[in-house]
Formats: sequence, C-alpha cells, structure tokens
Amino acid sequence: MTDGAVEDVASFSRRARAWIESNLELLDPAAYERAFRTDLSEEEELAEVSRERRLQRVLYDAGFAGICVPTAYGGRGLTPAHQRAFNEALTGYEFPARIQSPTFAPCLSVVLEFGTEEHKRAHVPAILRGEELWMQLLSEPGGGSDVAGALTTAVRDGDQWVLNGSKIWTTGAWWSDWALCLARTNWDVPKHRGLTVFILPLRQPGIEIHRIEMLNGSKEFCQEFLTDVVVPDSDRIGEVDDGWTVGVRWMFHERMLYESPLVTFSTSVSRSFASTSYTSLARAAGRLDDPSAQELVGEARMLDVVNERLHERIGQAVASGLVNDQVAAVARLFKGVASARTRTIAFELAGTTGAAWGPDDGPLVDRGADFLMRQTGSIGGGTTEMARNVISERVLGMPRERSADRDIPFRDVPRGPSGDRRHG
Amino acid sequence: MQLRLTEDQQSLRTTTTKYLSSAVPVGQLRKLREHPAGFEEEYWRQGTELGWTSLLVPERRGGGSVSGRALVDATLLAHEFGRHAAPGPFLSCNLAAAALGAADPAGHDDVLGDLLSGSSVVSWCFAERGPAGHRPEGLALQIAFEGDEPVVNGEKRPVEAAAQASHLLVSGRSAGGFSQVLVPVDTPGVSMEPMHCVDLTRRFWTVRFDDVRLPRHAVVGEAGGSGRQLEAQLRAGLVLLAAESVGAMERAFDMTVEWAFDRYTFGRPLASYQELKHRFADMKTWLEAGHAITDAAAEAVDGNDEGVEELVSIAAAFVGQYGAELVQDCVQIHGGIGLTYEHDLHLFLRRVTLNRALLGTPALHRRHIAALLAEDEAR
Repeated sequence: MTDGAVEDVASFSRRARAWIESNLELLDPAAYERAFRTDLSEEEELAEVSRERRLQRVLYDAGFAGICVPTAYGGRGLTPAHQRAFNEALTGYEFPARIQSPTFAPCLSVVLEFGTEEHKRAHVPAILRGEELWMQLLSEPGGGSDVAGALTTAVRDGDQWVLNGSKIWTTGAWWSDWALCLARTNWDVPKHRGLTVFILPLRQPGIEIHRIEMLNGSKEFCQEFLTDVVVPDSDRIGEVDDGWTVGVRWMFHERMLYESPLVTFSTSVSRSFASTSYTSLARAAGRLDDPSAQELVGEARMLDVVNERLHERIGQAVASGLVNDQVAAVARLFKGVASARTRTIAFELAGTTGAAWGPDDGPLVDRGADFLMRQTGSIGGGTTEMARNVISERVLGMPRERSADRDIPFRDVPRGPSGDRRHG
Repeated sequence: MQLRLTEDQQSLRTTTTKYLSSAVPVGQLRKLREHPAGFEEEYWRQGTELGWTSLLVPERRGGGSVSGRALVDATLLAHEFGRHAAPGPFLSCNLAAAALGAADPAGHDDVLGDLLSGSSVVSWCFAERGPAGHRPEGLALQIAFEGDEPVVNGEKRPVEAAAQASHLLVSGRSAGGFSQVLVPVDTPGVSMEPMHCVDLTRRFWTVRFDDVRLPRHAVVGEAGGSGRQLEAQLRAGLVLLAAESVGAMERAFDMTVEWAFDRYTFGRPLASYQELKHRFADMKTWLEAGHAITDAAAEAVDGNDEGVEELVSIAAAFVGQYGAELVQDCVQIHGGIGLTYEHDLHLFLRRVTLNRALLGTPALHRRHIAALLAEDEAR
C-alpha cells in the first residue's frame, strides 16, 4: 500500500480479523439474546448501554469505526466492501448491537447527507466515539405510517424555532442523547411541502419522555412530549418547508438498516444463534424425531437464510445503483412476513409450553410472549402494507392509491370523522 | 440470476436467449406437445454449440466454463431455459457430462465427446420410487460386482429422455458405498416404459434393469467410492432446477404485470386495485428472494463452501414452494383465461411444477435442512 492509496479489501480484512481476535470477546449467545429481551431492570439496561458505548469507543480508537465515513469527520473513508469485510470478520464476536440503529442508520446517514459542515464536525466524530446516541422523532401518535402527516409544529421566532407536539415509537429514547425531528412549519400548503427537519438534544426541560409498556412487558419504546422546545435555526437540516426531501432519504436509510454501509454488525448473528435455536426448541419439546417438527425447523431455517441472502443481494444492488432505492422495500417486506412466520413456528414447536411455562423450560420460555408480539416485525419501521404500496407503485410502476390530502392545504385535510362524511 | 455478469457470461446468456427465442417460440412448444421426444435433434445439436453441455466439464476433457465458476455459468443458461420453458434434456446431459468429466480414472471419451457435440444424449438415472428415493442414502438399485464386472438390478424413475439416450448413467448402491455405471441403452436386461408428465416438452421414463451385465470399463469413477461425486451431481442438479424455476417465475410474473396494466375491469386497470397491487408486491419479493438464494447456492457449490449442502436444500425448498405459489397466483390474477391451453401461462406453470418435485419436494428438503442443523449442533 502506498500513501494515499486505499487499502485493498483483502488486506483490510486480514488486519481486521487479527485485531478482532486479540481485542474483542467472543459473543455470548445468551447475552446476545438477552440484549433483545424484556426482563432487564433499568440499571441493567443502562449498564448494557454504557458497555456498548465503551465498545464503540474501542472500535473508534482502533480505526474500525465509521469505516465508510469521510476521514474529515473522524471516519476511515473506505468503501462498503470494507465494511462488509469487517462485518464478516466480526462473526462470533461481541459488537455494540443495540446502539447501531437508529444512531448509524438512519440518523448518521441523514446528518452526513443533509447536514451542514458544522453539523458534521460537531456530531459525526461524537457518534463514532459512542458519545452521542441518536433517536428519530418521526412517527406521531396520530400518524402511524402517514409520516408526512406530522402535526408536531415548529414556529419561527427570529433565528430560532419553537417546537410543540408529540412523537412516538422511539426505541430507547430515555437513554439517548440527540434526535432528528420532522416538524410542520407550514399549514397552508399541501402536507409534503410544509415540513422541516431539525436536530435537537433529547435531555432538556421541554422534552418529557414516557416509556410505553408493550403487551410483553417491554418498555423499550417511548413517547416524547415537546413543549416550547427551542431549536436554533442553525440546527435545521435541509431547507425550510423542504423536509420531505430529507424525510424520503431518512426513511430509505431506515429501511437499509443492516445493508447500510454505516452499520456495524456481525454478519452471521442470525446464522449462529437464532437458527440453531429452532433445533434446541424441538429438542426441548421432545419433538426432534417428529417429522412435522422437522419440517417446521427446516422452514424456519430456510426463511432465516433466504432473508439474509435477499438482504445482501438488495443491499448490494441498491448500493451500486443497479436498481432504484425503493427496491429496499422488497427486503423489508420479506423480513416482516418471515419474522411473523418464524415466531409462529417457534410457538408451534413449543407446544403447550408455549402458552404456560415454568422456570426450568429452557429455550421454550417466553415463546408464547414472542408470539403475542409476532406482528412487531411487520409493523415497526413502516408496515408491510406500506412496503407493498412502495413495491407496487414505485418499483412496478402501478397506479398510486387515491389520497384525500394531496393537493390541498394541510390545515384543510380531514383528520377524523365528521358528520357529513359518514355513511349509514 | 447474478446481479453482475462478466462480458463472457453476458454473451453466453444472450446467444442462448436469442437462439431459444427463434428456435422454440411458444408456437413451436405447442407443436412439440405431440413429439415423442419433446425436442428436435437438430435443435439440441445446435444448442450444444452455444455451450449447453460443456460448462460443467473440465477444459482438459473438452469442456470449460466461461468465468471459472462453472455452475454459476450453467445457472445462466438454466434461467433462460426457464424463461422460455425450453425443451431438451438440459439437466440430464449436464449432470452426465459433469460425471464423465470428473471421473477418475478418466474414460468414455467417445460418449463425452458425443454429449458435448450434441450428437447424443445421456440420461442420468438417479431417482427411485418412494419418498426416500431422492437422497443417495435412500437408493435401492444395486450395482453388484462379479469379479470386477458390474451387474445392475433395480428400477429408476423418473428418467429424463431415456428413449432418446444412447447411454444411461446409473447411480446405485454397491457393497461399501455408491457406484455409477454407463449403460448403453441396448444392453440386454434394460427396459423402459414412458411416463406421463406435467411438462409439455420434457419426457420421462421408468427404466428397469434386470441382471444387466456390464464390462469393467462401464464403471464411471471409482466402484463403490462414488458417493461424493453423486452428492456433487445432486447439488448441481438442484441448483440448476432452482435457476430454471426462477426463470419461469420471472417470465410468468412479467406476463402477469403486463396483464394487470392492460386488463380493465369496472373501468380501471387491474393494476390499480390495492388488493392485487399487494399481491404483486408479495410475488416480487418471492421472485427476488428466489434469485438471491439460488445465486448464493450456485456460488457456494462452485466455491465448495462450508454449509453448501444446506444452502442447496434451502434453495430447493424455497424456490420449490414459492415458485409454484407465485405462478399459481399469476393464474388466479389472469382469471379463467389463465387456465386455458391457449394462454401461454401454463407453459411456465408446468415447468415450476415439474421442477418442484423432480429431485425432492420442498417438504423433503425442509426435513433435510432440519437433519443437517441437528447434525451440526451435535458436533
């Protein structure tokens, strides 16, 4: 390698492997599963987050954070192939799993794509060092998938903005630092034309964060209430009223998730842990020799592996510009449908123990609770119905759905039933 | 199909596409319905000039891949065969050629030469009746040895193009393992009976071997030691079937998308109904997933990667299941016309239906995946 030349992927990969082997610990499968379970106390969870921040810092100090981020902002300025090689090399090792999303994708991606030079210098290195964890203030209680229908309002006051409203479905907002926020800045134009994106610190008096209890006991999701939150105009991302331009890319980066060249993860996490657990489920249920259970194990494994390969393929196709960005919805749809099916299979394999379990039921524990939450993967990050609309309309070019809010000022858009609109 | 093709791969693919479009348009496929072989000899011979039987054969034996990744190259052709529902014993000839080309000690140069030039057909006799008959360990046909001369007893079905073949490549069980022998079709003790088949142009036979006595040189590879080669043929076969099915899925899907734009009902195109749009989205997802898993399996076979056996079964299970579901949904969206002989859709439905079952059903592959996982975990 000569000065100024990009290190080739093979040599980078060897270097990464050597460093990982001598500096990171092997991933404890049980700990990895635990990271996404619901029974951690507040203290335990904060301890996990701190540990991951430190781990991120370790990556940064070794030169393996922000592999595809420009060097001017503390990254390494390498290619997606280098990031993929690093992810491969991570196989079986610990990594900061819970802080990847949404900090690195979509938030970091959006800051890099639309942020000012000042934004990038202030925040990108801090993100890469694990000092800033980010959230996305995007969905609203009244909106769901209709993200552009945001009601959270930003009103200009000299060289600053005052924000009021509520955002929802933010994962781990209570331990995060900064956020991207989509707000309405103009009610007199159609909905997509009156939005603006801001960045703001989450820990401030005007923001109240409530943890939402999900039906399985998880309190990961939060709702935020913004009351007279002041944001300087210098913390605006993109142009005033042009927030939808940012929002479209924001949601694209969100869909990319593990295909994003900014996200670090162990490539075969799902291969080494989730899938063998179907076998252990069948064994724990005493059904290893039952042909119908074998079929279910095979089907679940099939869906996991196909999902992985599909994501790789689409990630590469999108990253290299062979297909349009919207094709990412294909991967999103597959994942949502497959995750619902694999949870059903896990529940089915568990038999009666899926519904009522004891403390010594090993891998069968909680499968029923997972089943109750089955649709999570088909709802979060944009529903599978939205993905189906995107695929049919933006990928296959079929006619758009009729909408009642397209060309009228947003303040005139119906936001609930009214007497004269109702039939029967 | 692979996202990116080399120039040579591109040309391999386009020459076959052009040839198939002109030689076997759908009108010709319909004519071949009554043809005893399902394909014209000259059609096949000219096709082999485009590399149809040479890709899986090493260069020193007269073949050669175009990219160094032989099976990946062959999947490009299989994909086009699927897109055109093309006739011809593509699977059998390629797998027989692969077996002869890989054989150590090498032999049967004349037969291999004829396969490569398309002047003869060799049928691979692998599958047997019953659920176990699609995995090597389930084979019952015996290849016994009297001295060093093989004697074959048993039955194979379905055997592709048996009546067109000059030779049969027979896989069977021997003391201590598996053997493969090359049997001239006119050998005493070989008899065959035609089967009915869902496909319009692919033909299959039941072939019986009653005390078929062969000379020593009929053995392909090592007597009793051909288990690995047999597994290799099976993997290549499964990947080629998956690639062909993905081609057929793609064609059926494209036809149905076009139909959805052209067909108006209640004053608007089918493509404007959200219920149908969402089903197209699902189908598109299955199609892309089919491409992804088939390509991954082909690459793993060429690289002899760890986990290749599982990946191949995953491709077979997925494409088998979702290929048929996709084309059946295309039929549904076409309505009654989709069920007629006059419409072209059934040509592709037939192909995915055949391929779904030919080397083991999705259910069989799902169980195989589970068995591999359990083995893996026990290790």
